[in-house]
Amino acid sequence: MPSHRPGLYIHIPFCTRKCLYCGFYSVPSPSHGLVSAWLSSLKHEVLHYRHSFAAFDTLYLGGGTPTCLPSEILSDLMEWVLKHLPFSSDSQFFIEANPGDLTKEKIEAIKAMGFNRINVGIQSFCDPELKFLGRRHDATEAVLALQRLKDACVESIGIDLIYGLPEQSMDEWLRTLESTISFRPEHISCYELTYEKGTPMWEMKKQKEIRPIDEDTERDFFLMTDRFLEEHGYIHYEISNFAKEKRFISRHNIKYWQHVPYLGLGPAAHSFCGSRRWWNVRDIKTYCKLLEQGKVPVEGSEVLTDEQILMEYVFLGLRTVKGIDIKRIADIPGATETIYRLEQQGFFNIKNGTAIPTLKGFLMADTLSSILLT
Amino acid sequence: MPEIRNFSIIAHIDHGKSTLADRLIQMSDLVGKRNFRNQILDNMDIERERGITIKSQAITLPYTNAEGKNFEFNLIDTPGHVDFSYEVSRALASCEGVLLLVDASQGVEAQTIANLFLAMEHDLEIIPVINKIDLPSADIDRVKNEIEEELGLDPDGALLCSAKEGTGIIEIFDAIATFIPPPSMDIDAPLSALIFDAHYDPFRGSIISCRVFAGQVRAGDTIRLMSNNTTYKVEEVGIFRLEREPRQALYAGEVGYIIAGIKTVSDTRVGDTITLDKRPAPKPLPGFTEVKPVVFSSVYPVSSEDFTSLSDALAKYKLNDASLIFQKDSSAALGMGFRCGFLGLLHLEVFQERLEREFDQYIVMTVPSVEYRFLLSNGETVTIDNPLYYPDPATIVKAMEPYIRASILIPERYVGQVMELCMERRGVNSKLNYTSRQRVELQFDLPLAEVIFDFYDRLKSVTQGYGSFDYDILDYRENDLVKLDILVNEEKVDALCQIVHRDRARIRALAVCERLKNEIPRHMFKIPIQGAIGGNIIARTTIPPFRKDVTAKCYGGDISRKRKLLEKQKRGKKRMKMIGSVNIPQSAFVAVFKTDT
Ligand SMILES: Nc1nc2c(ncn2[C@@H]2O[C@H](COP(=O)(O)OP(=O)(O)O)[C@@H](O)[C@H]2O)c(=O)[nH]1
Ligand code: SF4
Repeated sequence: MPSHRPGLYIHIPFCTRKCLYCGFYSVPSPSHGLVSAWLSSLKHEVLHYRHSFAAFDTLYLGGGTPTCLPSEILSDLMEWVLKHLPFSSDSQFFIEANPGDLTKEKIEAIKAMGFNRINVGIQSFCDPELKFLGRRHDATEAVLALQRLKDACVESIGIDLIYGLPEQSMDEWLRTLESTISFRPEHISCYELTYEKGTPMWEMKKQKEIRPIDEDTERDFFLMTDRFLEEHGYIHYEISNFAKEKRFISRHNIKYWQHVPYLGLGPAAHSFCGSRRWWNVRDIKTYCKLLEQGKVPVEGSEVLTDEQILMEYVFLGLRTVKGIDIKRIADIPGATETIYRLEQQGFFNIKNGTAIPTLKGFLMADTLSSILLT
Repeated sequence: MPEIRNFSIIAHIDHGKSTLADRLIQMSDLVGKRNFRNQILDNMDIERERGITIKSQAITLPYTNAEGKNFEFNLIDTPGHVDFSYEVSRALASCEGVLLLVDASQGVEAQTIANLFLAMEHDLEIIPVINKIDLPSADIDRVKNEIEEELGLDPDGALLCSAKEGTGIIEIFDAIATFIPPPSMDIDAPLSALIFDAHYDPFRGSIISCRVFAGQVRAGDTIRLMSNNTTYKVEEVGIFRLEREPRQALYAGEVGYIIAGIKTVSDTRVGDTITLDKRPAPKPLPGFTEVKPVVFSSVYPVSSEDFTSLSDALAKYKLNDASLIFQKDSSAALGMGFRCGFLGLLHLEVFQERLEREFDQYIVMTVPSVEYRFLLSNGETVTIDNPLYYPDPATIVKAMEPYIRASILIPERYVGQVMELCMERRGVNSKLNYTSRQRVELQFDLPLAEVIFDFYDRLKSVTQGYGSFDYDILDYRENDLVKLDILVNEEKVDALCQIVHRDRARIRALAVCERLKNEIPRHMFKIPIQGAIGGNIIARTTIPPFRKDVTAKCYGGDISRKRKLLEKQKRGKKRMKMIGSVNIPQSAFVAVFKTDT
């Protein structure tokens, strides 16, 4: 459920190896030295924000691949964080995990650190697809990892998937979805494959070695995903996110979409508080150096005007079932009439003064935001 | 008293005219004593210098030769496009000689020859200069050979220089002094001065650039412009240095400026003769013609509330551009705007660009048109420069359009391609003249409407830059002219309709539809684009709707990125015109008339 307490995000900038599509900042197979330098810098960064935020009610360890780090490092980090930053008693602790890392021991260890919500980067249950994406695990490992998580009775299991690969058929995608729901995960994220500049996948697309699916196919995948998961009882609460029940809607992620403050630590992490956004340097070495010099590793920041906040409110509102409070957009010229017109066209349902995007609305969220805001 | 020489530099594009002009400025006494020159050369900001040559059409360069003799060299710049060929001819009329610049590796090219003819028409002394001799690919012997064979000039007289490295410049100065004849200096005759340019200064009004042929003029004189007999009191005269430099008087033979409280440059016409009111010259200098606009287009503000601001901007623009004409106009779809007349398409494009860049106006321009004449069944003849007013076809007895005689100068090997281009543009009456061993002059009668679009660009591309082109307006000829309407999402778009020859209508319509398809962004609905004559659809295409438009992820950094994108789109919307429910970007209106069929 939405909360107004701040969230904490910690970026673990390491992976065992780089996936071909990945645009996140992470260093593959880091040396011990680099990891310990990063850890000690991160601890400094934590101290910088010791008194700046009210009690957090979520912590999200993302990356990168948090689970590629040895358990001792992770628990060292967690201990430090919990000791120096305030958390409310009902806090939720999320960690992103790679199926290949989830041994029984690892699962026990991360549970012991307090993580009760584990999001597993499964991506697909189809080996050729995993290979195409450059993932290091295979479908068997994925199944085993999920089994182990089930056995360990974690509070919430999240499964992250990628669809819309070149030449992927609808049937293949449905098989992945079926395998997914067979574990009855509390949370499912389905991201359409995007080609991020600078990744090998982007390069392959540019060189025309692969042909991305066309827009009609994208649309079919999107609609089918919604239909399949809703049929199986999942709530499609954000463009790419589904929850088994309302209470499994990611308390952490919705902070991003509702202007709730969040603090991001670690290289390349983004933060938001009040009307200010700031972001850290995207390089471990610079990150460490700045912290060694007693500075915050911030690369840039911006203070949003009311107009910009409103703009974000609208396009973010278009992406979740929380929707847009029509009163709030009264000052945007033409927006109110437009939203009623778009309701007529089936892009919204308007209830009690709130415009909630329909599935058709989700499908066209970017166009709708242009229409309403420009 | 320094001796005077008046000259221009003429060259094929890129042969180094601007670079040489910069060098001449730097190496003259304007910049410093000779001993300091090299040092200054190293430190001189060429760009800044270039700004000066571009801003004023003339500059007076003092020069002292080795024997200690003083000169004043007046360098008069010439614009380089056919739209402005009249201005070029007036600039050349103000000189006694030219430097004909030839690239040492490219050799003689189309414009070299065209420019040579122009210079010969004005009886000018021609000094061939071979530039870029520093290039490894320089082939001086070959170029000298071409100068002899193709230009018929004495190759031994050709000077060698590298404008880039500053070598051979002194020799050029000396050749100007030696070979270009001094102007006649009858300072006691009645004043007659030729206006070859004018530009607007916000404090002083029109600053006239002129060449004095006879007599003298000074502050306090009352001058008379001979084309319309208006009189003005002279406030200041002077010459162009790095800045304007006032003088007591301008005398016969000199080139300089006159400020006479003339508010706009429109009152000072290029080619006009200035004389003294109380002692006028018996007759004006030859060659004056009133430049008439040949291309018409309407401008509308993208958002209709900006009409007043557009109106102010045009008034200001006009101060500095005498050849622009405009009057109020309105259209059902586009609201209030202005109908404007231009010398040619380049003139129009420059206008459009400056209006945006310097005056911050977001505008939509309608498809350019020439002036058509229609003889109607009631016996009346109407002249129409706006396709919107195309008469009811049932009443048209005869439709007529203006023709030009194009004179195209090309190496013989391109005759085939150029003939083809001209035929495609409905050219008739072709004539072929051999001017030299490898050059031919191709003459064609062409409908003006067919050349105002990208004819010149196409000519240059089919001749790989070797073609040059000039034209004279001929007469009106009867043709089967129809109005082509363009419909976007079933709505007629006024700004896009045009009058075309029936035989060319379909191909033009298809090209327009294609261009629009590439320029108009996709919407949530399907947008048909159609070309129609009357009610008949003759071309159509469709912009498919968005089927899905949503980014998969929107976390931390994605949010700022997305917001910035929307902010950019919002700024872009200022350049979109809403027609019905379709947003048409301004670029689409431009793309349509860049169409190359
Ligand atoms: N190597 C060399 N390049 C030159 C020389 N003069 C001009 N250029 C270059 O030729 C190009 C065209 O020169 P520019 O003066 O702009 O030519 P314009 O179009 O005739 O005014 C520019 O890149 C100049 O730097 C020269 O003497 N030697
Ligand atoms: S594991 Fe995740 S963060 Fe690491 S490279 Fe793959 S996609 Fe990127």
